[in-house]
Amino acid sequence: MNESEFVRALASILLQATPLMIAVCGETITERAGLVNLSLDGTMLLAAMTGFVAGLYADSVLAGFLAAALVGALFAAVVAFGSIRLRQDPFAIGFVLTLLGDDLSAYLGQNFTRIPGPTVSHLGIPLLKDLPLFGPVFFDQDPVVYFSLLLVGVTWWFLFRTQPGLRLRSAGERPEAAYARGVAVNRLRAVYALVGGALVGVAGAAYSLDIKIGWSEGHTRGLGWIALAIVIFGGWSPVRGALGAMLFGASKSLAQVLQSRFPQVSVVAFNATPWVLMIGVLILVGSDATERLIGLAPRRSQAPLRRLLRVTSPRALGKPFAPGESGED
Amino acid sequence: MRVELRDIRKHFGAVKANDGISIELEAGRVYGLLGENGAGKTTLMKVLSGFHKPDSGEIILDGEPAHFGSPAQAQGSGVGMIYQDPLDIPAVRVVENYLLGHDSQVTLRFAAAVRELKEYAGQLGFAVNPQEYIENLSLGERQQLELIRLLALGAQVLVLDEPTTGISAEQKELLFSSIRKLAKDEGKTVILVSHKLADVQDLCQHVIVLRRGKVVGQADVPCPTDELVRMMFEEIPPRSQRPSQVQEGVVLELHEVSITTEHLSLEPVDLVVRPGEVFGLAGLEGSGQRQLLQACARLIPVRGGQILLGSQNVTRWSYQRLRESGVAYVPAARLEEGLVPGLSLTEHVALTSEETSFVIDWPALHQETRRRIDRYQIVGRPETRVDALSGGNQQRTLYALLRSPLRLILLEHPTRGLDVRSAEWIWQLLFEHVGSGGAILYLSADLDELVERSDRIAAFSGGVMSRVVRADQATAEELGHLIGGGR
Amino acid sequence: MSKARLLRLLWLTGLVGVALAVTGGLLAIFGVSPAQGFGAILRGAFGDAPRILSVTAFWVPLTLAAAGLVISFTAGLWNIGVEGQIVMGAVAASWLALKLDAPQGILVPLEILAAMAAGGLWAALTGVLKTRGKVHEIFGGLALNNLAVILTNYLISGPWQPPEGGTFRGTQPFPDKAMLPLLGESRVSPISLLITGLAILAVFYLLRGTIWGLRLKALGKSPRAAFLLGVSSERQALLALMFCGALAGLGGAVRVLSWFDSLRQSISGGIGYLALLVVMLSGFRVLLVPFISFFFSAVLNGSISLQLRTQLHSSLGGILAGILVLLVLLFGEVRLRRIFPRRRRE
Repeated sequence: MNESEFVRALASILLQATPLMIAVCGETITERAGLVNLSLDGTMLLAAMTGFVAGLYADSVLAGFLAAALVGALFAAVVAFGSIRLRQDPFAIGFVLTLLGDDLSAYLGQNFTRIPGPTVSHLGIPLLKDLPLFGPVFFDQDPVVYFSLLLVGVTWWFLFRTQPGLRLRSAGERPEAAYARGVAVNRLRAVYALVGGALVGVAGAAYSLDIKIGWSEGHTRGLGWIALAIVIFGGWSPVRGALGAMLFGASKSLAQVLQSRFPQVSVVAFNATPWVLMIGVLILVGSDATERLIGLAPRRSQAPLRRLLRVTSPRALGKPFAPGESGED
Repeated sequence: MRVELRDIRKHFGAVKANDGISIELEAGRVYGLLGENGAGKTTLMKVLSGFHKPDSGEIILDGEPAHFGSPAQAQGSGVGMIYQDPLDIPAVRVVENYLLGHDSQVTLRFAAAVRELKEYAGQLGFAVNPQEYIENLSLGERQQLELIRLLALGAQVLVLDEPTTGISAEQKELLFSSIRKLAKDEGKTVILVSHKLADVQDLCQHVIVLRRGKVVGQADVPCPTDELVRMMFEEIPPRSQRPSQVQEGVVLELHEVSITTEHLSLEPVDLVVRPGEVFGLAGLEGSGQRQLLQACARLIPVRGGQILLGSQNVTRWSYQRLRESGVAYVPAARLEEGLVPGLSLTEHVALTSEETSFVIDWPALHQETRRRIDRYQIVGRPETRVDALSGGNQQRTLYALLRSPLRLILLEHPTRGLDVRSAEWIWQLLFEHVGSGGAILYLSADLDELVERSDRIAAFSGGVMSRVVRADQATAEELGHLIGGGR
Repeated sequence: MSKARLLRLLWLTGLVGVALAVTGGLLAIFGVSPAQGFGAILRGAFGDAPRILSVTAFWVPLTLAAAGLVISFTAGLWNIGVEGQIVMGAVAASWLALKLDAPQGILVPLEILAAMAAGGLWAALTGVLKTRGKVHEIFGGLALNNLAVILTNYLISGPWQPPEGGTFRGTQPFPDKAMLPLLGESRVSPISLLITGLAILAVFYLLRGTIWGLRLKALGKSPRAAFLLGVSSERQALLALMFCGALAGLGGAVRVLSWFDSLRQSISGGIGYLALLVVMLSGFRVLLVPFISFFFSAVLNGSISLQLRTQLHSSLGGILAGILVLLVLLFGEVRLRRIFPRRRRE
């Protein structure tokens, strides 16, 4: 592979990773606030279909993205309402929505399969795109890719450099303390669930309007689950999550390349890659074995290694908050 | 700021935590709020700081009535409270924790915050590292930061809830000198909630004593310790005669056992419990006796030292293995740890009985459960779910599930929430276990119970175990001293 | 029936009505009248004998998997991996069917045992990933589901392909002696019905009448208290998963040895996920499972017929099921006092 092929491959990886990056940012926000939205896979399917169809009817990609965002927010609203207000199990609600999203997208989208529709047009940034290596990869793409890169940056800045982001994090870490500082924990969780859900919806549309244009049954199936795993692997940080998304994208491309190089190796390896990778990264960041391996490393590099390889979830993730009365003294 | 609490009442279910409390606090003074566990101190302060809404009564600040809907509102009116476990965010840095809720500006002004932090810290004599993560700090340092934060938000009234439990002597001195300065030079009103008489004598100018939700006395400091103790603890009736059943030999032996947990470090403990002995552990919450008990039950790891059961070294044993060797652990949190909500009495008996075969013989178990219900006088039927029982009956159930014979029973608060008759009855039951050679190691917040029921007692304070005293020679004052950290 | 129970039944019926109304609306969107649509579904499920048998054949693996899930849910586990456990059961049965030469009386029981073992081990894998690798059973199960399907596809297009060449549809067909004895010309095995009934009873009995079931119940309700009362949580969780996997694997074997005659690409086709819905709707009561499972089977099979008649996508059946479960999840436990509030001084 010569240099221009390599650069094209990198650019392609970034493009492929874009929907995941957007979804991971969205779910990171939701989970940082303390809520788990398990319905991502179904959300993305329904949002991908809706985005495509809406874009088709309005002949506008923007309309498609907006429609998809609404779908994403709607699903998130059900999870938030069901778990916060109705005190039901968010896992159960999320899981049913996953299946529903799949079925609804197949049913409602049945007349729209495999037809052409609006696509996001290419938008190379003049001058920047001619920079060596970085140019073609980062600046010769389309607006959705630029949006996702910006989103990662904005999400990071929001979470770690602003007061509202600090409040969001406190709701997911220690809601009693957040409450004592004047944070309306449950309202905040609901609002950010909607925001995160909308972003997941946008991610679904990013797929059907930009990556794999059009709609077909099961178009984005699996992406939502991978996004959930990447949120964990990314340590609930948008930047690390984006790197995780790119890792998955790269592994897919690598598998494709290896497939064409060694056709005798069955397509099995190619298909299995994302799932084996998912398990692998989760074991890496969660298991005791990794901790023991870190213990073997030289003393000084242990702390940075730990920061790199281990993740801690927001401490109050998945725990309902009720500023109720407790009798104690 | 002048603070007046008028006839504050607050109940939780049937418990009257605050039963008509009225106190007046002047600006520029440091007050001590004393009382046993359950006296109502923390509840009262949580009412003052906006965490709880009182059922009735008024809070008056500088002559104006105040109504707080939340701690943040109270903070806005100038009342701040530092909790025993400060309400900070462990996962963030010092400067971020400081900035949370500080203002409504969107971007976080790190540089300005660092400057403010260092300024306040300098004034109060604290050392602050703005970039450190809260979870890496000691309890004393977290308290200092909370104090700074509250002052920066304009607190005029400061409540400190048991601040000296779990901090070093130097940190305590630092904290005290900063409080003196704040009261004297800046006119803050400070309330120190504590059970440590020595600290209260050291820092406060005036003491208010609570007992069972009411104010039972006030005094200016200096005040003889005996008088404070007398106000805090009721008279202990002379101990009824119970023949000692202590035998020769050793059931449990602790050799320099030290424990480290997130919140507490326990200094090396040496202890021996003999067959037929009832050994009581006194001390207020967070002093280390619970950790010791749990370590003996093998629920938490031991940092150093050895635990011997009889002649066996059980330091590395698992809880289940210990349980099968005739050791029982009865937790205090009946419904969260001791019993399974949703399961019936019979089902609990089935779970814990050794004779239960794979195929459950329900009729036989029902009969067995009925027997136990009779024997332990539980108000309920075999099919009653444990979460439908009253607290007292749940406690009786916990005992009904114990196997027999047992070498050692480890108990947390054996009669908490029980009426006198039930408590008496439970102890008769426990003495039966003891009579057949078993031993009991238990912790309790009830001094009466400790003196009345134990053979020997040790007290815990700040992670240190006191000397062991014989119950038949112990007095209320002596125990109060030991609990308060005296020698 | 007490007033409370009656009200509750009415309330649940109301929720069913809402689900049906929404589904009717979805039909109308595409220009099919709800009456016509529901009629087509009903006819598709019960119209004639072959159709009823088709519903029955679907019901067997669905009920088996759901029965197993009652056990794993009782222990507080989210065994999403049940889908893959069905597949692996089918794979194991297929392996013996294609490779082992033995008379039917020996071959079939061996296939069944192999399927249960495979399903159980696949579930154990999820359990080990959870206890040793700290991978949540949802992710572990999901990944293993996909890996099971990938394995199936590999076998179909590779080593086990039919002699005339790979069609990606299925493997080489099994010899007759490998199949379960069938009812007449149909593709339903009466033995499988018997097995399913036994499985339901077994689960009911295990949960009600054995110490193991009681331990699982305690574990699911309060892991801490269960531990303190003597239940070794890790081991019991693993056993619960394996039991579910075994039943799911059995369902896979039935599917591949009666309804199909070879290992197919979508050998499970979502039965596992549907079983999760069945169990959620049943409130984890195993005796309700066969009925709810039958309802779902009828609806889903009927929807296929709907697709043939009206060209509407058969996923409508899944939508009805999903909406019903969602409504019951969200609103099923509504306290009656919210509808009929009574002013009472506490």
